[in-house]
Parts: sequence; C-alpha cells; structure tokens
Amino acid sequence: MKIKTFSMGGIHPNENKLTHEVPTIVAELPKQAIFPLSQHIGAPAKPVVQKGDKVKVGTMIAEAGGFVSAPIFSSVSGTVFKIDTAIDATGYRKPVIIINVEGDEWEESIDRSNKLEVVETHPDLTPEEIVNRIKNAGVVGMGGACFPTFIKLTPPPTAKAECVIINAVECEPYITADYRLMMERSDEILVGLELLMIGAKVTKGYIGIETNKPAAIELLTEKCAKKFNGTKYQVEVVPLKQRYPQGGEKQLVDAVIQRQVPAPPAIPVNVGAIVQNVGTAFAVYEAVMKNKPLFERYTTVTGKKLANPGNFQVRMGTPMIDLINACGGMPEGDNKLLAGGPMMGKALTSVEVPICKGTNSVTIISDEEARRKEPQPCIRCAKCVGVCPMGLEPYLLAKLSEVKNWERAESEDITSCIECGSCHYTCPAHRPLLDNIRQGKATVMGIIRARAAK
Amino acid sequence: MGKLIVSLSPHAHSRDSVERNMYGVIIALMPALLASFYFFGLGSLVVTTTSVGACCLFEWAINKYILKKKENTLHDGSAIITGLLLAFNLPSNLPVWIVLIGALFAIGVAKMTFGGLGNNIFNPALVGRAALLVAFPAQMTSWPKIGQWGAYLDAETGATPLSIINSAIRQGDVSLLDELPSSMELFLGSTNGGAGAMGEICGLALLFGLAFMLYNRIITWHIPASILGTVFVFAGLLHLSDSVYPDPISALFTGGLMLGAIFMATDYVTSPMTPKGQIIYGIAIGVLTVIIRNWGAYPEGVSFAILIMNAFTPLINNYVKPKRFGETSK
Repeated sequence: MKIKTFSMGGIHPNENKLTHEVPTIVAELPKQAIFPLSQHIGAPAKPVVQKGDKVKVGTMIAEAGGFVSAPIFSSVSGTVFKIDTAIDATGYRKPVIIINVEGDEWEESIDRSNKLEVVETHPDLTPEEIVNRIKNAGVVGMGGACFPTFIKLTPPPTAKAECVIINAVECEPYITADYRLMMERSDEILVGLELLMIGAKVTKGYIGIETNKPAAIELLTEKCAKKFNGTKYQVEVVPLKQRYPQGGEKQLVDAVIQRQVPAPPAIPVNVGAIVQNVGTAFAVYEAVMKNKPLFERYTTVTGKKLANPGNFQVRMGTPMIDLINACGGMPEGDNKLLAGGPMMGKALTSVEVPICKGTNSVTIISDEEARRKEPQPCIRCAKCVGVCPMGLEPYLLAKLSEVKNWERAESEDITSCIECGSCHYTCPAHRPLLDNIRQGKATVMGIIRARAAK
Repeated sequence: MGKLIVSLSPHAHSRDSVERNMYGVIIALMPALLASFYFFGLGSLVVTTTSVGACCLFEWAINKYILKKKENTLHDGSAIITGLLLAFNLPSNLPVWIVLIGALFAIGVAKMTFGGLGNNIFNPALVGRAALLVAFPAQMTSWPKIGQWGAYLDAETGATPLSIINSAIRQGDVSLLDELPSSMELFLGSTNGGAGAMGEICGLALLFGLAFMLYNRIITWHIPASILGTVFVFAGLLHLSDSVYPDPISALFTGGLMLGAIFMATDYVTSPMTPKGQIIYGIAIGVLTVIIRNWGAYPEGVSFAILIMNAFTPLINNYVKPKRFGETSK
C-alpha cells in the first residue's frame, strides 16, 4: 500500500530527533512562575487576582477576555508577586502575572490520581458538557498555534463536522514531545480523542503519525483496536510519509482524508475535519475527566550542543533557563534560542521567557548552524515553486512584496501562505524569501481588513 | 553565556547553493565534453578552451571595469557553463577569433547587459551561436567529419545528417536518405563520415548528463521530456505521412536536439517557473524545431526554437499559474 502524504510540495529537513528515546521527566518547580496573559490566539486574558493574593495550583488567575480567548490558571501555589510586563516569545514586553512559588498545594477539585477514567463511567457527559469543560479549563491547541479548542468543536452552522483528526505528525525537526506523550500516555490520549469525537458529534476519528515513529504507530494501532472495535466509533491510525510541513492543518487533512481546504477564510471543518493536536487530546482528557485545567504540558528541550537534552513534563510559567539548566546549561558561545523547532520556531531575546500553552519545544541551535548565508541574485531555478505546499510561487510573492505591489500580491494569493518556510529552506541562492513574503502577507491582510471595514 | 542570536524563521537551511547546481551542470556536461575530444581531437580542445576562457574573461572584465562591481561572479560557475555550451554548438574547425566574438556576444551582450546571472532573457550560449551564424554563415555551416584527431583548421568537412535530411526534403528524393548513418550510429556518435557540432555528436553522453542532473535534482523532467516527446510524435506523424521525412528516432538523435533539450532549454534563468509552464514551453520548442528543420531555411531548428520560446517565457510565467492548494479545477 502506498503511504499517504499531502499532495503538493514539501521538503525533508534533517530530523535531529535527539531526544526520541529519552523518557519524560517531571521538571522541578520554578522559584517564580511567569504567566503571559496572551498565550493563545484572540483577546488577551483579564487578570482576576491582585498583588498579594494567595493562589493554589489550578486557581484561575485570568479569565477569558472575549469569545476567542481562554482563561489562564496558575501552575504553582504561592503569592501573586506582581502584575507587570515581561518579554515573551514575540520579543516585546507584554502583560504578565508573576507568582512567587511557595510549596505545592493543589486545588482540591483536581483529581490527582493516576487512575484511567473512561467515558463509560461518566454517563453525564453530554457533548455540550464536554465542550463547556474544555472551554472552562482554558484548553487551546497545543501544537503551537494555540487556537481555543472549544471554538473548533463548535463549527459555524454552514459547516458540518464529519471526523476528528489527531495531529501526531510532529514534522518539525528536533521536537519529540508529542512522540513521548504517545508512548507514555496513549490510553489517556485515546479517551481524549473519544471526548473530542463526542464533543464534535462525530463517530469517525483518525490519528496521523509519520513513519519515523513506528513504535507509536504500532502502539496506538493496537490500543485503538482494543478500545474502539465493536463500538460505534471508527478510529484509524494513519501512517504518513515523512514530509514537512505535514503537521500543517491543511496538509494533514489533505494527507489523511484527501480533501483540500479551500483558500482562507475557509477552515478544515468546511471539508468536514476537526484537527486537534495529540497534546490537545491529552489536555482534553485531563480537563474533562480529571477536572485539571491546562497548566502543565510536555516540552522537549533540545539542541546538539546541550549536554543532556530531554523531554519534560513542565508547569507552565517556568522560565526556559530553568529547563536549560536541567539539561546541563546554556552551551558556550553565541546561540539561537527557539520556542518551537527550527522551521517555524520563534527566536527569543531572553532566556527568561516562560513555557506557555503552546511551547512544544525549547530548541537551542548554535551560531554556525543557524547563520544565514549571504543572499545571491535569484537564478530562477523554480525550486521554491516546487516545494511550496500551497501551490504558490514564492519567488514572485517575495519580489512583489519587495517592490510593494500589494494589488498583484493579493491576486497571486499571498494570503494563502502558511509561512512554513519550505521555500526559504530550499533556496539555493539563500534569498530571504519568507521574510519578504511574511511582510507582504501582513500588509495585504491589513488592506483586506480595511476594505472589509468600509 | 554568549549572545542570543535573533532572526526570523526558518532557522534551518538546506545545503543547496547556486554553485552546487552550476557545478552539477558542468559535471553533467563532462561525458559530452569527453566525447567531443574523442571525436574531434585537437580542434575540439582548442575551440572549447578558447570559448570557456573567453567567457570567463569577459564576465570578469565587464564586472570589474564596466559595471565596477566589488564582488566578482566567476565563482558561481555559470560563465563556464556558457563557455562549454557555446563550444558545443560550434564546428571544431572554427578559428579562434570567431570563437572570441561568439563569447563576447554570449557573455557581453546576452548576459551582462541584462544584469548578469538571473536577469538575462535569452540563453547566452544560444545568442552567441545565433550571432555567429548570421555573421559568419560559411564558417558556421562547414562541419568537420569526426575521427580527425590532429586536425584543427585543416579538418576535412562533410554533410551533417540534418543537411542530408534537409536536401532530401527539398528535392523530394527519398534515396538521398540512404547516406544517413544508422540510428545506432547517431546515438553513439557515428564513426563513418558523420559530421556536426562538437557537443551534439554523441546522444548517449548527453543522456548520461541528463540522468545525472535528474538524480541530483538539478533539473526536473518536465522540459526535456516534453521537448523530446513532442519531436518524437510530430516527426513520427510526418514520417508516416511521407517517408521523405526522417523516422522519429533519427529526428531525436540528429543535430542539437538532445543537447538543446537537456542542457539549453533547461537553463534556469530563461525557462518558465512552473511545471505546467515548462511543459507548454517544451511542447512549443518541439513543434517549432520540427517546423524549422523540415520547412525552414536552416537544416537545424533547435536553437532558434529555444530562443523564440525564451522570449515567451515571461509571458508564460505571467499567465500559467500552478494549481493552488484547495483550488477546485475549473
């Protein structure tokens, strides 16, 4: 059988999955935890605590700031030190809540046992109840985009969900957090998937995994058969050929059910699919079955020059430097510190940036590895066109952005760019294609919004 | 602790480079270069060395003294390719001074005037050849016979297979085609009286180059396959309609078709950017080649076909778009 993958473009960067077989360890509690109020797409959360307030693990410290937003919970117990600003992953100072850690006292409503809870013993779980609990627990997409999960589960009336696709692709180099989660918490993930299917009122589910994770494919296939055979649910583990950016939502839907999501504003549910990251499925399990809000996650801390790269179960708000020190400390010399992987991760300006809901990896790459080469003139080799997974012409979009021809850039579909960086990765002339396209896309989207507002 | 380096994603880059692609093409040209030394001996050596040396010299001198650029571009290897391809299009008995003029046209007029690598509209080597063909029609159409090791200017010349075919068509005399070497001889480089330009003589060597470039992903199959496929079908249909037209296998392995389809039409800079565009471009080159060969004034049509389609490339890029992700077919 031919192994499935998405239908156009794509690249195969070096995997560098250094921490594949490193079992997850629980990270130490930080001395001080920092909670940015904007850890998700949408309106920032609004603080509901004040300086000097005592909080426990799982206490809500900020409520959702609008419909597209999510509440934020403390991951530590202690005292609110201050509500201030601090540098986050964007490089800007943004509003944060800082908590001084004292002990480790949890909210009593949270079930801390390791017992696996299954849907069968909770007959009170209606789809509405599940969606509500997910919303109240502040669960957002854990793959990096951080879109509030409950919104995805309640599609607009014009679209009808047919299946839930679990994104377990992890196509970014270096990152292994999702893989470790699958190997260590597979039962919980499958209950999470079942809850997502109930919440979305569908009976079909898929788990997309790239073939560089054969153990995970085998384990989940076996567990799925055991759990779902003979039930009303049809769940299939879909092995996918290794190719970046397969973890992109549109690429994954294309690879798994061979349906292409049309250009924006269309979203996957317009072709019947609701895509959720495997980490989100786990968070949904904990939120719904254990009453545990989202304040903890699996994160990979990795880099070739790190002494002991590893995978951590970490409380959010922990400064990255704490995790880096647990791996042997920041390597000598100049380095690039990334929230995320090398293809789409953000380079940080401070080692004190905290782990947030979407931080799947802390990746440290050395100066030599990260340094860009001097750009040369475009030789029109068309390799960028060949690797673009959206069927765009990166050389043209970059040029149009450079010369500020926004009208043409819009008609050449610049807004369809998913910023995966495949063109930039591939370019033999080392041209900064994505830098230019990103700028052009932002400008064109601004123009479109302004037009719509008239 | 050192500094934190900040830049936008992606933070990983492939090891591909302009040099890797250009030197890849040069390696791919090596079998054909060796074949040309083997078949044309001394003359081939002189003409190739002159052409490559002159192309590099002109590029260097124009950059330094006319454009006054600080950085020179010789290291990217594109001038060497132009030099090799220009030589491959010339007869091996061409005097050095004519080769120099050809190189000046190729690099000076067709490439550097437009701004150097990446900006030229026409394939530089083909512009050089076309200019020489117009300026020196006699020297440019006397083709040495192969197998004269020590000969250069004194080489004995003969009729190329294409000129034999051309006279057969003009005179409507099928019997003239008996003088054609067999398809196998055309493919390997004929040993009994074949003649032609230096690089086009051995189809096998050119195909090795194609395989190398495809394997190393320097080029894609779209352009060579569409050109060769079109010529095969078009020439085949003509051959079926009237046997005065050559059989399609001979059409593929005569003249510069292989050289053009594999190395000249695939020039990055002057060919379309999308697979669909490349196929349209290839088909048009194939059709034009057969038309010029059979009914035009010149027995050889590939270089003009490619130059004509070079001119259409910007238009193709403008109107032929790849299928966007999620676009429903119209």
